[in-house]
Amino acid sequence: MDLNTLWFILISVLFIGFFFLEGFDFGVGILLPFIAKQDNERRMVINSIGPFWDGNEVWLITAGGAIFAAFPNLYATMFSGFYLALLLILAALILRGVAFEFRSKREGTFWRTGWDYIIFGSSLILAVLWGVALANLLKGVPIDKTMNYVGGFFDLISLYTLAAGLAVLILFIFHGAVFLSLKTEGKVREKAESLLKLLGLCGIFASVSLFILTALTTDAFLNKLSLAAAFLSMLLLVLNWYLVIRKELKKVIFINGLIIALGISALFIGLYPRLMVSSIRSDYSLTIYNAASSHKTLSLMSKLALTFVPIVLLYQGWTYYIFRKRVTFKELEY
Amino acid sequence: MNDIITLARWQFAITTVYHFFFVPLTIGLAFLLAVIESFYVKTKNEKYKTMAKFWGSLFLINFAMGVVTGLVQEFQFGMNWSNYSRYVGDIFGVPLAIEALLAFFLESTFLGIWVFGWEKVSKKIHLASIWIVSISTILSAFWILVANSFMHEPKGYVINNGRAELNNFSELIKNSHLWVQFPHTIAAALATGGFFILGVSAYHLMRKNNEEWVTTSLKLGVIVSIIASISVAFLGDIQGKYLVKQLPMKMAAAEAIWDSKDPAPLGVIAIIDEKNQRNSFEISIPKLLSFMSYSKFTGKVEGLKDIQKDYEEMYGPGNYIPPVTISFYTFRLMVGAGILMILLSILALYYLLKNKIFEKKRFLKLLVVGIMLPYIANSTGWILTEVSRTPWIVFGLLKLDKAISPTVSKAYVLSSLLVFAFLYTVLMLIDLGLMIKFAKKSPDLRDKKLVKEEEGSLWI
Repeated sequence: MDLNTLWFILISVLFIGFFFLEGFDFGVGILLPFIAKQDNERRMVINSIGPFWDGNEVWLITAGGAIFAAFPNLYATMFSGFYLALLLILAALILRGVAFEFRSKREGTFWRTGWDYIIFGSSLILAVLWGVALANLLKGVPIDKTMNYVGGFFDLISLYTLAAGLAVLILFIFHGAVFLSLKTEGKVREKAESLLKLLGLCGIFASVSLFILTALTTDAFLNKLSLAAAFLSMLLLVLNWYLVIRKELKKVIFINGLIIALGISALFIGLYPRLMVSSIRSDYSLTIYNAASSHKTLSLMSKLALTFVPIVLLYQGWTYYIFRKRVTFKELEY
Repeated sequence: MNDIITLARWQFAITTVYHFFFVPLTIGLAFLLAVIESFYVKTKNEKYKTMAKFWGSLFLINFAMGVVTGLVQEFQFGMNWSNYSRYVGDIFGVPLAIEALLAFFLESTFLGIWVFGWEKVSKKIHLASIWIVSISTILSAFWILVANSFMHEPKGYVINNGRAELNNFSELIKNSHLWVQFPHTIAAALATGGFFILGVSAYHLMRKNNEEWVTTSLKLGVIVSIIASISVAFLGDIQGKYLVKQLPMKMAAAEAIWDSKDPAPLGVIAIIDEKNQRNSFEISIPKLLSFMSYSKFTGKVEGLKDIQKDYEEMYGPGNYIPPVTISFYTFRLMVGAGILMILLSILALYYLLKNKIFEKKRFLKLLVVGIMLPYIANSTGWILTEVSRTPWIVFGLLKLDKAISPTVSKAYVLSSLLVFAFLYTVLMLIDLGLMIKFAKKSPDLRDKKLVKEEEGSLWI
């Protein structure tokens, strides 16, 4: 395997990490204003992701940095091309980040409810936009022969990309609801649990639609491995629905992780060896070769990533172990 | 085309200055929190825990803003400066990726443990967490300055395939520019933390809050402020001397010296006529610039016009003189604030040793105002550093006008500029409000509030 392919895999791994981890805290953020009505309930919901969300977000930041270092042309084309989408993403990330810190710093219904809805809105926008953005890599966008994006914002919006955004959104909400069922108590937990069946079902429908649309609009499934991964993730969603009924929620959250991993893999395998498809001419597409850094940079970064990503996984896993217990009303100190 | 560059540069300037408004306090306070908690674990004196929690709450309000404003920093290279990203990504992306991988993960994960783990992990692990946070904030600064130093003095690269590619990673890290810039920055961050603690403690003393945690904080603040502000000046002097040799254009602009002089005077105030390349009025101290540059009262300091000629020979025709007025005055503001910091902290030490500081109400008030000094120095220092690199984005390799995104429209850049400027301003005001609110509160009072909160009230 060449270094370019290794980096292609590493970047998909970073995205899987981001979607799996930040997926549930986006979901929790979206559910926040509806699932928790009293202030201490809301505090409990936020505390359930409190120790984690920032660390989860670093997966995205690292993916951004890794793309810059390994595939500078992808970084340049995607971020200048998806300009307004990225502006929205950044604004949402900014508001969401401060909201967690600011909301409890003042009392008052307006202040707290305001920040709660900002958490809700920003989590929602982020979930949808990341779905839309990634789907566009595969569907193809107008990229000219100088690797520059020549379309506008609305070139990013289509039935397929919206379906992807919606599927990501529903999966994240499902993911978040499972997390809340496992990590909270009282009414919040009951409400979260009561949503699971419906959300699981919606998840199945959304992913089936996305599967069909992917087959119709993209060439991803020409690669049998991509097809298999996508198909398997659908099957696992059905299995998850069954497990929800049997109330085996710990399994559900891990299988959710697997579903996300398979979904992202299906996307990236379908893309391979391209990074961003050009809708103008296929040979204008960015690939892991024409968008890549030099051999020296890739090899240096490989050594660093292969050393540090496992270490990060270890200590992040350890945090989840420390905060493994349910958040209770008694300990809402922060 | 020119307008887009201006807008993109304004966006970069605004987002960077805002970002660096929060970062130094994060670095400084993280270190001080680690020191405070070390005392707590060692002595088991509860006063240190009170301190850690009090300064910790302020740290977190500030930290959140530092994190979110940093996000934009990472992504706007691709958004507004895509040609730059293509040209140097092979090198420039490396420190950014390492920063995320090595520093951000550590920082965010262990800060989570520190905030939520007071009752969940042992005291030692809790202490280790804040030390890890402190180290990772410094690591983060290190890697970002590796990237920034490359822009000022590109090292370790080779031009290949029409772009700058990494040739030697250790040269990138051994870049001497980095090693004068990094210590100066860290000392400035510690000074920011020191003056912050000093000022907020002084506020509590003014209010006759003489609790132990306040007086101990004040002492810590005095010690850190004096050490850090003297170091930052000393390290800045080294940096200045270095820049005179390595990047003379930068220093010539910062000193607004148009013609080479031996010995060179130091301008204190000048009315700078950039169009006619002269100062229409100036007050200066004879020989002082030579002394500052070479530690003796003779020595030629090259003027802007001569350096311009040299650069034309080296890099071809073009204007290589950066905005002189901005460079000159930001430099004076930075140095001026730095001198005031030294004076203020020496005075504070003097009054503290004489045990008079608690009665000097006016002086305490001055210390509260003194919180602003490092902020002024930090911001003007960065504006000077970045502005005086004009017209280069990477010195000698790539000019600003070749670096922007070719297909991004002016309307897009303007809209993102407005969105970020608006968002940052609103959030900064809220952040300042919260900082002031929590800085004024006594820790004990806040604990009582929390108990009340737990009982819960109804929200829609």
